[in-house]
This record gives sequence, C-alpha cells and structure tokens, in this order.
Amino acid sequence: MEKFRANVMLCAGTGCVASGTGKVREALQAELVKRGLQDEIKIVLTGCNGYCAEGPVLSVFPDEIFYQKVTVEEVPKLVEEHFLKGRPYEKLMFREPEKKTAIPLMKDIPFFKHQVLRVLRNKGLIDPEKIEEYIVRDGYQAMAKALTQMTQQDIIKVVKDSGLRGRGGAGFPTGLKWEFASKVQSDIKYMLCNGDEGDPGAFMDRSVMEADPHSVIEGMIIGAKAIGAHHGFIYVRAEYPLAVKRLQLAINQATEMGLLGKNILDTGFDFHLEIYLGAGAFVCGEETALMRSLEGKRGMPRPRPPFPAHKGLWDKPSVLNNVETLAQIAPIILHGSEWYRSLGTEKSSGTKVFALTGAVNNVGLVEVPMGIPLRTIIYDIGGGIRKGRKYKAVQLGGPSGGCIPEHLLDTPVTYEDIVATGAIVGSGGMVVMDDNTCMVGTARFFLEFTADESCGKCTPCRVGTKILLDMLTDITEGKGKEEDIETLQDLGRDIIASSLCGLGQTAPNPVLTTIRYFKEEYESHIRDKWCKAGVCRKLTTFWIDEKMCKGCGACLRACPSKAIIGEKKKPHKIIQEVCVHCRTCYEACKFKSIDILPAGADENTAAAFAAGKGTKEKGDA
Amino acid sequence: MPRLTIADLQKIKDQHKAEFTLREGGYRAKVTVHMGTCGIAAGARGVMTALMDEISKANVTDVIVTTSGCAGLCAKEPLATVEIMNQPPVKYCDLNDEKIREIFKEHIMGGKPVEKYALVVGSETTY
Repeated sequence: MEKFRANVMLCAGTGCVASGTGKVREALQAELVKRGLQDEIKIVLTGCNGYCAEGPVLSVFPDEIFYQKVTVEEVPKLVEEHFLKGRPYEKLMFREPEKKTAIPLMKDIPFFKHQVLRVLRNKGLIDPEKIEEYIVRDGYQAMAKALTQMTQQDIIKVVKDSGLRGRGGAGFPTGLKWEFASKVQSDIKYMLCNGDEGDPGAFMDRSVMEADPHSVIEGMIIGAKAIGAHHGFIYVRAEYPLAVKRLQLAINQATEMGLLGKNILDTGFDFHLEIYLGAGAFVCGEETALMRSLEGKRGMPRPRPPFPAHKGLWDKPSVLNNVETLAQIAPIILHGSEWYRSLGTEKSSGTKVFALTGAVNNVGLVEVPMGIPLRTIIYDIGGGIRKGRKYKAVQLGGPSGGCIPEHLLDTPVTYEDIVATGAIVGSGGMVVMDDNTCMVGTARFFLEFTADESCGKCTPCRVGTKILLDMLTDITEGKGKEEDIETLQDLGRDIIASSLCGLGQTAPNPVLTTIRYFKEEYESHIRDKWCKAGVCRKLTTFWIDEKMCKGCGACLRACPSKAIIGEKKKPHKIIQEVCVHCRTCYEACKFKSIDILPAGADENTAAAFAAGKGTKEKGDA
Repeated sequence: MPRLTIADLQKIKDQHKAEFTLREGGYRAKVTVHMGTCGIAAGARGVMTALMDEISKANVTDVIVTTSGCAGLCAKEPLATVEIMNQPPVKYCDLNDEKIREIFKEHIMGGKPVEKYALVVGSETTY
C-alpha cells in the first residue's frame, strides 16, 4: 500500500459542493502534481464537515489545521506554504468572526471544541464512498456483534437501557418501539428509515446520509435483527440527490461484500435494503403517511391505533426510525448502554445533532450532549449573533416547534425542558433570530408553510391552518382586530386537539409561542399599526432623525427608489410618498439616525419618538 | 469483491489503519523535516522521500511525518526533529539519504537516538 504523509480532508457535502469543492479539488490535484507531491499528499473527499457557512472547507491531518473559504486562486499558495514549506497558510485559516487572530488547531476552535461526536463520529474523517474507511472506524463491528453474540432481547434491552429516543422529533423511546414490533407474530416485517427531512432550515439527516451512509445501514440491520425483519426501505426525498447517490453506492458495496442481502457475514441472517424516493411532501415525514407513500399511494396519514408496530407498511408490522436515531445504534451496541447514558440527562440521554442557522456567526451542523444550555450552543458554538446585533429568539423544531426568547436561554436542551417552553426539540432545526426580526411575520412564515403542506385529509388542519394564516396576514397588513389575539389562541388550541396527525397537532405552535413571549408585538401591530422591527412594510414609516444624521449620504446612495434627498454634511430627508419601506436605508446608516415609526407617521410623531428615545437612552444609562 | 466474514472485517481494519493514524492522532513517533528555503536547497526533499520510503517498507502505522519551516540553523541543513512519545525531541543535522534511513532504524524503530548525527536534545525555551 502506498504511504502518504498527509491527508487533505476536503468537504464534499452539499453546502461545500455548491461553493466550489469540485473546482478546488481539481486545482489542488493539479498543483500537487506540479509540485511533485501527489504521492505524499492524499486528497480525500468527505461528507459534510458541519461548518457550512465558510465553505469550501478542508482540514489537513496529521497537522489538524483547518482551512476555510478555499478558492481555486488560493490553492497554489496553500500548497506551496503548507505542503512544500510546511507552515500553515494563515490567510485561509479559521478566524473567529468577532476577533481577528488566526486560530489554527481544530481542537482550539470553539465551534468544534464544545461538540461531542457520536452520530457525526465519521464526519470529515472518512470518504463516504469507500466502505473500507467506514470499516476502519469500527464499521460493521456492532452489526457483527449483534448478529453473532446477541439475541433479539439482548439488542432491545441495550437500546432500551441506553435511553435513546427518536431523533426525528417526537422523542419516543427507540427500544420500546422495537420491543412492540418484535412481539408481534408475522411472516413478514419491515425495518424502515425516515430520511424525509422536511423542516425548513434543517439538514442533519442529509448530512449524515451524505457523510456516513453506512452508519445508517448498519443501524437498520441491527434493528431488523431486533424486530425480526428481513426487508427494509430507506425513504429519502428526491431533493437530496447526493444523499441518494451515496446511500445507493453504500448499499451496493455492502451487498457486494456480503454485509447486506442473503446470509450476512455467514451468520444466516438475511436483510434486503432498498431506497425509495419521496417527492418531498412535508406530511410524508409522518409515519403512517410515509408508509402509504411507500405503498405507491397518496401520502396521507391515518388514525392510530393500529400503530405501525402492528399494522404498518402493507399492513405488516413495521418500525420506522429516523436517520439520526439509526446512526446512534452501532456505537450503543459496541460500547453499551452505560456508555451512552454517560452523556445527557436521565430522561434525555446521549447527544443530539442540530442544524444551527439564521443570525449566528457560525452557521453549521453541531452535535452536543443533551442537557446543554441553549446559550452555549448559540453563543459558544454559534459564536453569538451576527454583526453584533441583539438576540431575539430561537426557533426550535421548525414549523412544528416554537420560539424561545432571551430570558429562557439557559433552558437545558432536553425533550421535557424544551416542551415546557412551548417549543419542541424536533428534528434539530435551530433558527436564530436577531432584533431585526418581526415575530408576527415569523409566525406567518411558518403558517404559510404548514397551510401549504397540509394534506387536506382532516378539516381542523386543512381549514384551521388557512384561517390562522389569513388572520396573521391581516395583522401584518394593518387589518388586525383587537380580538384577533384571543381567536388565534383559541383556534390554535382547537387545531392541536382535533387534528389527525403530527402536522396539524404542532402547526399552531409558532403562533402560540410568539403570542406567549411577544404579545406586545402583536398588540403594536394591531393597535398602533406599528411593526417596530421594520419588517411589515404596511406598518412602518422610515424617518431620519435630523439631530443624529451626519449627512454622510450612505442612505441616499443605497436607496433603490431615490426617495432620499439632502446635501452633503447636512441632515437628509425621506420623501414619504416615494418610499417603498424596503429598509435598505436603515441597514445602510452607520449612525442609527433612521427611526422606524408607525404607519402614517408625521413630523409630530417623529419629534415625540425622538424625544422619547432621548429619555429612554438616559434612563438606560 | 469476495463476501466477507467477521475475521475479514478485522483484516480490512488492520490494512487501512496506518492512514487513520494520520487523521485520528495517537501516533507513537513524529518526524518533522525542516523545509525552509535553506532545507530544500540543501536536499531536505531527498531526506523526506527516503524517510517515507523506509516507513512504507517497514509497514509501520504509528509514525507520522510532517514538514515545518527553517529550524534556524541554516548552515547545518537538512535538519529533522524526531519526537518519540514521552521522550524529549532530538534534532538531527546535515542529513542525507543514508543518515535518515539509519536514524529511522536505530532511533524511531529501535528507540536509541543516533548520537553521531544528533545536534541537540530538547527544544528552545519559549516564553
């Protein structure tokens, strides 16, 4: 075997591919050949590294140096400095956005330092298209153990004792689910994987399927043995082409090597696995709807019971587990339930992967022990709020979840504690919002999504989400009525109580939590026709505070509708009739001289606001 | 590809172990070849190639090679620093193809520093 002195782990997750991994790889290979280093330095394409915001990213081992935003133009210099001269190329090294010093070592980067990798144990470390690399990292050892040394009951006991709960969002104990299905007598059973990740802003499962497809397959084989299934399907959305490609490649390799199919590893156990492409309907993430879709029917839920453990796919006993849940299985089998419980809390053990996005500095994929405070995730791993702005809320659980305000930031991330805030842990989407976010608009955004994705089978969800959406739209357009807040809450609770499946049962959460924590925003929208964040166009007036304006002209140049007039070094003015309320001037002003006033504001309102602003600032001091 | 048995899984693991020592850490010895302009001019590349060749031939998995810049003593290049776990680093100077091969056998594999080529033990004090 040829020997390399260094491995360049170049991220080929969807994010980095989109920002240019392909070209960087070609350039890197060409440059290595040019310098005669092609036999010393090996380029390995990995799955998502997690630090998507700064892609394409690469790490160099054994040096453990992390480079970000690598471009084709920078490649020659990078190769010359790092591989020829042996000194890290500082220009592309990681920098904390708020600081200017280059921090080279991966273990010193806060984004990586606070994470504990179990599900993502192989991220950025193996080539997901080579089964050998997975095997080196203890791959398929757990499966071998489960197939040869453990009974069905042994497997179920370990998984139950580990406390692992479904990572798709509902948090149902995985071992218990397996136990139910194992006890049902049937000639045919199905082991299914839910890769229909649908929350806006969530990409945990996609990353796992892209970066470590074998970990999902191994988890499924172990689950199949536990429940006594010999057939399985991975339901994955067609919008994830890279995940589909790598999963199929992994299934082919495993089948060829006798790790899937008939008589696995000569143990006499059979398991046949296929991929099924979903068309990307949100409701198909719900288990009964997913199974109908797999049967080739229209994806709609049905009432439970009977639960899928008794009557699932084609009315046969079936278990459906989320991608991340399955990726947790192999290490639990290898290291035991005590090891798994060593992280997390009593009722929420182990680790959870989150897709951290929105107004944070370090957007990306993170895996943390459960029970960690939200604050640590957002401020230490996430690096705080972008552009030095103020934190306003974090949306957990996507459109099924809720927002969590600042005073609850120390809430530990466990299933119970998060539910108490009105949100849910969900599948792991974590969208951070800063003070430029309108919470009514946020609730409206999520309702627009759920109303659109509602399958229409049950009335509360089909009609109810539409009414919620219409009401929220009215409020953001200045047509809100005083009683709307109460109606939204009543209707929301009714939809939760009477909907058929998880989609309707959670859809009102964004409305209810924003009312719970940001009621005054609803009130100012309805009573004062004032969106204080300056987002709802019909409820704002942008006004330049003449005392604060330095006449720098930044707003004048930025305004797309030429609504701002004024001479240099003299206070500028917005012509209200021309202004389209796009807030571009507000973003452009460096002196905070643009005020956001209620709709239809005039000189008097502005003067009163400016005066109030003065006293408030004094009061704050 | 033939169908695997459980024993084969272990074999695959062992075969590919060396590469993962690089990525996972946990190596026993680290050799730094100093490749500043002076080192390269004096023949550090040849030294590095010879070392890689030895490691490859010996089929060891726990030795890693890295490069760094000028060690400061340009007159005695090529230089290399050998660090064995839990031992002070040893710097070797005026290296060539044969010397590094001898150092690999005696010091890295045998555990005995090669005194005749050694320049110094330990590293500079830093504040």
